[in-house]
Amino acid sequence: MNKPLRRIAIFAGVLIFALLARANWLQFVQADELQSDDNNRRGLIARYSQPRGDILAADGTPLTGSTKTEASDFAYKRTYKNGEMWAPVTGFSAQIYGETLLEGVYDEFLTGTDDRLFFDRTIGMLTGEKQGGGNVTTTLLPSAQKAAFDGLQGKEGAAVAIDPQTGEILALANTPSYDPSKIAGMSDDDQQTWTSLQKENNASQPMLNRALRQTYPPGSTFKLVTAAAALESGEYTLDGKTDSPSPYKAPISGNELPNWSETIPCKNASIRVALQYSCNNVFAKISEELGNEKMKEAAEKFGFNEQQFVPVRAVASGFPEAEPDLNAYAGIGQGSVTSTPLQMAMVTAAIANDGALMQPYMVDKLRSPDLDIIEETKPEELSEPMSGATAQKLQEGMETVVSEGTGESAQIPGYTVGGKTGTAQRGVGNSEKPYAWFVSYAKDQNGESPVAVAVVIESSDTVRDEIGGSTLAAPVAKAVMEAVLEEKP
Amino acid sequence: MSSNLNINTGSNTTVSSGGLPSRRNTELAMLVFAVLIPVFAYANVGLALDGELPAGMLGYGLGLTALAACGHLVVRKWAPYADPLMLPIAMLLNGLGLGLIYRLDQVEYLKPPDAAPGQLLWSAIGIGLFVAVLIFLKDHRVLQRYTYISMVLALVLLALPMFFPAVNGAKIWITIPGVGSLQPGEFAKIIIAVFFAGYLMVKRDALALASRRFMGLYLPRGRDLGPILAIWVLSMLILVFETDLGTSLLFFGMFVIMLYVATERTSWIVFGLLLSAGGAVFVASFNDHVGDRVENWLNPTALAPNGGVTETAQAIYAFGSGGLLGSGLGQGFSRLIGGIATKSDYILATAGEELGLTGLMAIIILYGLLIERGVRTALAARDPFGKLLAIGLSGAFALQVFIVAGGVTALIPLTGMTMPFLAQGGSSVIANWALVAILLRVSDTARRPAPAPAPSPDAEMTQVVRP
Repeated sequence: MNKPLRRIAIFAGVLIFALLARANWLQFVQADELQSDDNNRRGLIARYSQPRGDILAADGTPLTGSTKTEASDFAYKRTYKNGEMWAPVTGFSAQIYGETLLEGVYDEFLTGTDDRLFFDRTIGMLTGEKQGGGNVTTTLLPSAQKAAFDGLQGKEGAAVAIDPQTGEILALANTPSYDPSKIAGMSDDDQQTWTSLQKENNASQPMLNRALRQTYPPGSTFKLVTAAAALESGEYTLDGKTDSPSPYKAPISGNELPNWSETIPCKNASIRVALQYSCNNVFAKISEELGNEKMKEAAEKFGFNEQQFVPVRAVASGFPEAEPDLNAYAGIGQGSVTSTPLQMAMVTAAIANDGALMQPYMVDKLRSPDLDIIEETKPEELSEPMSGATAQKLQEGMETVVSEGTGESAQIPGYTVGGKTGTAQRGVGNSEKPYAWFVSYAKDQNGESPVAVAVVIESSDTVRDEIGGSTLAAPVAKAVMEAVLEEKP
Repeated sequence: MSSNLNINTGSNTTVSSGGLPSRRNTELAMLVFAVLIPVFAYANVGLALDGELPAGMLGYGLGLTALAACGHLVVRKWAPYADPLMLPIAMLLNGLGLGLIYRLDQVEYLKPPDAAPGQLLWSAIGIGLFVAVLIFLKDHRVLQRYTYISMVLALVLLALPMFFPAVNGAKIWITIPGVGSLQPGEFAKIIIAVFFAGYLMVKRDALALASRRFMGLYLPRGRDLGPILAIWVLSMLILVFETDLGTSLLFFGMFVIMLYVATERTSWIVFGLLLSAGGAVFVASFNDHVGDRVENWLNPTALAPNGGVTETAQAIYAFGSGGLLGSGLGQGFSRLIGGIATKSDYILATAGEELGLTGLMAIIILYGLLIERGVRTALAARDPFGKLLAIGLSGAFALQVFIVAGGVTALIPLTGMTMPFLAQGGSSVIANWALVAILLRVSDTARRPAPAPAPSPDAEMTQVVRP
């Protein structure tokens, strides 16, 4: 009976060997794959097992926090301070719904798993300290953000403020907004809030980041780009008469493009006057004369047709190839041209910074849990869309707009303010409410400009009138500029 | 049949009259380890979870020490030549199981809560049965007398759960009010091994030799094979009705192994494989419960129809997340596996996650060693009944380990059985202690020095014969 016994022994050995092989397969060969499997909750549990690092305003005010939770797999939950105001900057970190915006871009850093924190983790492991997440310091000024958010209250719109000299984003507001704290957890309340915020349940789309992720026809504010292209081409001067009939007729269809008033001096007006009165005929004609290719090239130098990463992704503003009629309309910010508020703030900032467009950014420093600086953003030039001379001429034009034109409501005593209003028509036959735009910058006595702003308001009560940008958007821009000037005199 | 006929003791083991060393001190040294390691594990859980030594640690340590001491002293007194490794290995596995169960008790919503004290009590009862077997079963051959009683008892035990409601899709439990639930299948495993061994020992020659050739295979006569086949089919039917596929597989495998060892005919293996393959396909295609498990086995990480993560997937994730060294006791997330099986069927997943590949391999190798000692006992046993009984019990043990561990690691479809010694559950731990006791008894008999051979008048003559 021993021969079969020996065989059985071998058989039992094979069984044990198979188990060992399987264990090795699962725990060695497949381990990484299984650990990082999306359905393996351990990843999420580890992520929320410790307080997440914070996102801070430029002055060090924390915009976020973490709170210990009960009765859940996840020990900590993200909280937000003044969440509605800061949501377009921070985004959210939600246990069920993932992360967006800065929370998403710096997720690993905030969680503490980023490679750049490896050294800290190693030290922590040796000293027995609990691993922590890094902190992200932004460039945003709380006062400017508050001015923008308060100014936009009750409206659907967005505001972006940039420091023209560095590209730092000083304010990035969006209304209506949402409080990311209310969707951060796992409770039924969180999930209900989430559902109620979704596009299909909420027409005003509180979760849409209008400043970075929504494009609008820029309306008359785009005339700045057209004017820059015109001056750069060398064929126009700021004060030279242009050959622009009023009303302007589109080159192919012959459709008339009226100005907002028949009494304003727009016929053959100079660029300065045309900016001052926001003459459609002049800029449509310029766009026609320069042609689609040159116009597109000029717009692209300002950043159109390309996504911007600040480091959060901002959608591309568009100046497409177009046939002459559309191209002419594009010259006044109608037709096929679209822009994010960020993009128009960049245009304004480039003009205010004497022609140099700085790469906009909103993260200044990354700090380890021990507050060592891990990474610091250095201002960087993105492009030079125009010469210094052109920029200064445009500044003159824009300053005329504020001193004696459509943008008078943006004047700030003691500072030189340059601006441009815009009212973008929408819908078939101009049937929907237009968007009100205002872009501006403020300059101190030394001629240095610490702030450029773009404001867009979707719902305006005054219809189809250049005054729309002036009455609705300009006060918001003014408040933001004042807040920045107070902070950076 | 030739090799064991040339020695007049009827055994192939060379038995010197001086006997083997008893190795009781080796066993004692091993037992110290077998107690210390679980105590450290227990301390580890407490330190990891609460930062302090657990309150019940002293009681736990003393309890384990008492059990080990009791087992050891009884072996020393009543089975002095028994295998020195089996008791320490069983003790270590049982202790590790207690540590793991205690660890899982600390997870709030894993039911039942506080299973570790109960398990310690069951272990004590298990050791009690172990002691009783060693004291009262002076010679394993006594069991031969109860061949047919075993048969009846096994069938009764198997049939009992049919009269109790199903738990988690399997009718394998009987509920005794005030005492708790028992899984009679665990005990039936041992009893049916006694029956098989007793029957096959008597009939082995008839089964092996008096056979007709049919399609290249030797088929025994119906009157030899009939009774055993009938019992087997009956138990299969019962188990299939109770949807306890794991135990059916276990019984079937044990039956084939013992038949093969008894008859030394390879054809039984072929038969067995064919039958089990057919049976498995049949059951898998006609039983939803089993069909689901096959489905889970083929796609272990696939989501359940309701969009949730299946238990199989959760167990696989636990293993994967454990990696080489594991998360450390108390620091894993076995609670994600959920359900009631975390402390029994799936306890190996906790071991894999918290002790890592290293720990899991150590545990599997412990099982392997225990099985190897069992098979060695069968080899060393001098009587056919002892051989058959030992191989039946070790084979059943090996199959159970393979079926459970293979199921949890998705090597084979999950069939739902308890991990011997490791898993929470009274019936399992008690039955397995009894199993080890019987193996120890067989091994004691096998290793005991043979009485000095009586002087034989032939001896002198044998020596002078020259080629």
